[in-house]
Amino acid sequence: MEYLAYAAFFLTLAMTFSIICLGLNVQWGQTGLFNVGVAAFVGVGAYTSVLLTTPATPDRIGGFGLPIAVGWIGAAGVSAVVSFLVGALTLRLRSDYLAITTFGIAIALQLCFQNIEVLTGGVFGVGFIPRAFGSVQANALLFNYANLALAAALVVVLYLVLEHLARSPWGRVLRAVREDEAAAQSLGKNPAALRLQAFALGGAIMGLAGAVQAHFVGFISPPNYLPMLTFQVWAMLIVGGSGNNMGAILGAVLVWAIWALSGSLISEVFPADQQARAASLQIVVIGVMLCLLLLWRPQGLLPERQTISKHLGTRHDT
Amino acid sequence: MSNPALSADGLSMSFGGHNVVRDMSLNVGTGELVGLIGPNGAGKTTMFNLLAGTLRPKAGVIRLAGEDVTDRSQQGRCGSGLSRSFQIPKPFARMTVLENVMTSAQGQVGENVLSVLIRPGAVAAQERANVARARALIDFVSLSHLEDRPASVLSGGQRKLLELARVLMTEPKVILLDEPAAGVNPALLDLIIDRIADINSRGISILLIEHNMDMIARLCSRVVVMAAGRLLAEGAPQEVTRRPEVVDVYLDGMPS
Ligand SMILES: Nc1ncnc2c1ncn2[C@@H]1O[C@H](COP(=O)(O)OP(=O)(O)OP(=O)(O)O)[C@@H](O)[C@H]1O
Ligand SMILES: [Mg+2]
Repeated sequence: MEYLAYAAFFLTLAMTFSIICLGLNVQWGQTGLFNVGVAAFVGVGAYTSVLLTTPATPDRIGGFGLPIAVGWIGAAGVSAVVSFLVGALTLRLRSDYLAITTFGIAIALQLCFQNIEVLTGGVFGVGFIPRAFGSVQANALLFNYANLALAAALVVVLYLVLEHLARSPWGRVLRAVREDEAAAQSLGKNPAALRLQAFALGGAIMGLAGAVQAHFVGFISPPNYLPMLTFQVWAMLIVGGSGNNMGAILGAVLVWAIWALSGSLISEVFPADQQARAASLQIVVIGVMLCLLLLWRPQGLLPERQTISKHLGTRHDT
Repeated sequence: MSNPALSADGLSMSFGGHNVVRDMSLNVGTGELVGLIGPNGAGKTTMFNLLAGTLRPKAGVIRLAGEDVTDRSQQGRCGSGLSRSFQIPKPFARMTVLENVMTSAQGQVGENVLSVLIRPGAVAAQERANVARARALIDFVSLSHLEDRPASVLSGGQRKLLELARVLMTEPKVILLDEPAAGVNPALLDLIIDRIADINSRGISILLIEHNMDMIARLCSRVVVMAAGRLLAEGAPQEVTRRPEVVDVYLDGMPS
């Protein structure tokens, strides 16, 4: 019984990672944008939603007590705007500079989460975040499965929307830019504007994931949004197969499983006073796995497939 | 007289101190088909890069139908009706022939991610119209049988034809064709010549770079000769190619 509840808990979190991973896939897999600040965009979404949905608190600005759905939408929106601004400033740079800038911005935003106490609750974070299906919280099994169903439904919807986008004129022109930027420009396409759209869309999805995670766990604090999260999500996308939405989801579930398993193994094996140090073994496990995978299957478990845009209407040969 | 479809006035360009285009001027009248010839390295392709906006000139003015577009981006010029092909074709190799042509339609609502989500009806309607037009153009360049194949399978000549269809899909007023017959097998050559004449007869102005003098003679009423970045001669093809200075640069420039 407890085991079943844990399985649902684990899978729900895996679903939230899948969402982040789908967002990174739009940026990196589809567009080739090297975002090393994933955690910050997730964090912006989480804090935005929390601000919108928690009840008013005397020592914090915000607390509008709005419905969770509004929080989700707000999270995606604010994260999209933040990514749009970051993108507008940095996407003209060479790709290695984009990596450095996004990393810097992520560090800065994480420090904001930690220090702008009136908005974020500072180092102590924010608790008592309204949870979806909060009314059945007492029944752990029911609560976890209801949340799993919700998160899984969201992943399915997002997957379908992203596949639709990949086959739309937008996905087509994005592929054209990736294939031959000079040719695309000569045909009147604006690569910078297209990259910006992809960056903002990816950021919106990451923000949404942050909100979903926050409302599921019920508590957020700044350490959730350290560069470690970015590392995990990149590992997920590389393992699953960048450029492939199904791969992004598979990679998220797998890497999260390995992370969680190695975590519980470490807590079994090592004495309590050693565990903090032993926890870094988790990173080693993921790192070694990444190296092995990259040697064995550099394109990831589900490599990118050729996408062909939707054809409308049939040909009438004469 | 009305403004020429395309004009360049005193264009100059240099790469690392090496002057590749020097004080070049030329005009393409509305509906005219002008040849741009000259030995290898004369600066013809660089001239195209300047006209299309791929490169910014060091000096000079470029006008489209009388309007100064010197500071306009490549994309902006394409939107204003100027399209170019490349000497070495640049197909979107892993995309199908149909997708290659579809991509080059201008003003696509569906190229905005929000429109795809919010206005699916408008996007679908435009796609339907564009698909019909793209297929007509693919028929026009005789690539229908390869419509759903990736562009990477095309031969050199077929790639030139694909570029032609892609350029036409932008609904241009002026097109710049960089050696559309280079490396094309003789069977396709007649087709390409025929198609260029057909495009021109519909009122599209064309500037054509070509080493094949027979093709130039068949298509162009006027040629501009470039040598070492400068304008060397201008006039009717049969007459210009007989001038001693033109014969000279060709004899010097060509490997014998
Ligand atoms: N991007 C560049 N950087 C440096 N030099 C260049 C560049 N592009 C062209 N050149 C030089 O400019 C000169 C003119 O080149 P261009 O390609 O314009 O000649 P062309 O007339 O098109 O020749 P061809 O008939 O062989 O195509 C050549 O000497 C070439 O090496
Ligand atoms: Mg050339």
